[in-house]
Amino acid sequence: MATTTATAAGAGTAAQRVTVGRTFLAMMAREVRVLRKNFISTFVRVLVQPVLFVFVFAYVLPKLGSGGFGGAAGAETFSTILVPGLVGSSIIMQGVMAVVFPLMMELSWQKSITDRALAPIPVPLLAVQKIAAAGFQALLAGLLVFPAVLFIHADGQAPQITVANWPLLIGVLVAGSLLSSAGGLLMGTLMNPQKVQILFGLVLMPMSMLGCVYYPWAALENVRWLQIATLINPMVYVNEGLRAALTPDVGHMSFWVYGPVILIGTVLLVWASARTFTKRVLT
Amino acid sequence: MPEPPELAVHATDLHKTYKSPGGDVPAVRGIGLAVPPGEFFGLLGPNGAGKSTTIGMLTTLVRPTSGAASVWGHDVVGDSTEVKRRIGMVSQNNTLDSDLDAFENLEFRGRYFGLGARDARRRADELLELFGLTDRRKGNPFEMSGGQAKRLMIARALVHRPDVLFLDEPTAGLDPQNRVNLWDLLRGLQKEGQTILLTTHYMEEAEVLCDRIAVVDHGRVLAQGTVPELTATAGADTVVTVTYEGAPPAGLRERLDGRDGVGKVEVTDGQVRVFAREADGLLGELVAAGAGSGAVVTDASQIRPSLETVFLSLTGREYRD
Repeated sequence: MATTTATAAGAGTAAQRVTVGRTFLAMMAREVRVLRKNFISTFVRVLVQPVLFVFVFAYVLPKLGSGGFGGAAGAETFSTILVPGLVGSSIIMQGVMAVVFPLMMELSWQKSITDRALAPIPVPLLAVQKIAAAGFQALLAGLLVFPAVLFIHADGQAPQITVANWPLLIGVLVAGSLLSSAGGLLMGTLMNPQKVQILFGLVLMPMSMLGCVYYPWAALENVRWLQIATLINPMVYVNEGLRAALTPDVGHMSFWVYGPVILIGTVLLVWASARTFTKRVLT
Repeated sequence: MPEPPELAVHATDLHKTYKSPGGDVPAVRGIGLAVPPGEFFGLLGPNGAGKSTTIGMLTTLVRPTSGAASVWGHDVVGDSTEVKRRIGMVSQNNTLDSDLDAFENLEFRGRYFGLGARDARRRADELLELFGLTDRRKGNPFEMSGGQAKRLMIARALVHRPDVLFLDEPTAGLDPQNRVNLWDLLRGLQKEGQTILLTTHYMEEAEVLCDRIAVVDHGRVLAQGTVPELTATAGADTVVTVTYEGAPPAGLRERLDGRDGVGKVEVTDGQVRVFAREADGLLGELVAAGAGSGAVVTDASQIRPSLETVFLSLTGREYRD
């Protein structure tokens, strides 16, 4: 073996000029490689729930004669309500899962995060990289769910989608993706990795059931206490933002509510999660 | 190529105390090291001595509570990104990237350290070849044998040709054949000029590989030097240990203290341990003393000086792996 290492070492030749930006991009390239390998399994998981949901509520039930299912919100079909809600909830769920699942492994006793923590990049920037990578997956999930929920419906049940403001749509999609992955990183670094099922049972499940996915926030005025209580749920703001961008005719929150909440929330969550992540990685 | 610095690794009075709900746990209590470029340096000590914490501080992932350390002239706290550029680290655990195969682990390590995509792939193939892992190119790093995974981790640590290679307990958990192979590999690296700092709890490993050794226990360096220097500090060329059933013979210590060539004498419960120089016949005398006073000898041994004797004389404890 001794002779075979002839060019393995190279003491003193280290430090090719490597910049932090280049290292960051190399880490993003790794994420793309991993995503490409696991594409089918990752996104089948993302698609199953919303596709089944629109299939049952926008196709099967109208066929059974429950056509007025979405009547409470006015003249629009239930699928019109569902499109922004399901896109938004898929973004939030995927953003959180894409960061929490790998983190469970990386922060366990093996501490495989060491692999990337030793790359020449400050540790808080590694947190930002994880947020960016998981945010990208969340955005992809939203874009994949979109056509599915748009085209699955019974006759006469088509959603009425009109994109009046493209920059608004893109802004909400991108910021909502980063909001969810930063939130995932914060939760994943604050909690014990073994307790991750609690996250799904007690946090994500109520968040999506009460996140204005299946009804617009304005329609909650009949249950005033719930309308106020759901304001602590970040998913509400993303879904309402998407409603404003996709179905402006359905009553939705003012931009001056969901806009600042999403933007300031994203900034705060990125900052807080970079701190908690650094604390977990550096001892 | 710029001149190498005077010291590859320099640590002064490093401390690390972990905060825990049950109170503060001091892991490292004042460690100082000075390793020149090209040296193969070992931190030797039993489990829990603070070796891994020390190597953690030198590789930037553990923040010192106090004290200072630099690697290749760069401060491990203030200039940690530059330190990370200059080091390769092989952890005790398998920290390979389980989402990537063996080849990709090396490829992306190269890209993290600034190699272009094509150069990174070339370097990855080159290292797989050199480390005898070409047939595991597409293998998952968690489905490899312990020896293969360790070789892949060393290969990964060398992708960017680091100035200093750190290894934390590199042969722990390996079978004897793999251990010897790894020793050959590390010696080969040193011949090429690689500066290496490793931790180990195997005395033989430190003795076989290292130019200089720091003996560490309870978070402190007890002694530092080459193997001959260290064994000289024990002040003895022989350690004689005799165990008696019940108390050792009365007056034994006084008799030994007067004898030529006898250094330190330790008398515990039923055991007498003598550090001696040129003390032929000492073992026989101690056994005979037992017979003369009616104390039954249950065990007797005489060992040549080694790191084992150094550890014994420094701590008064047997060294256990």
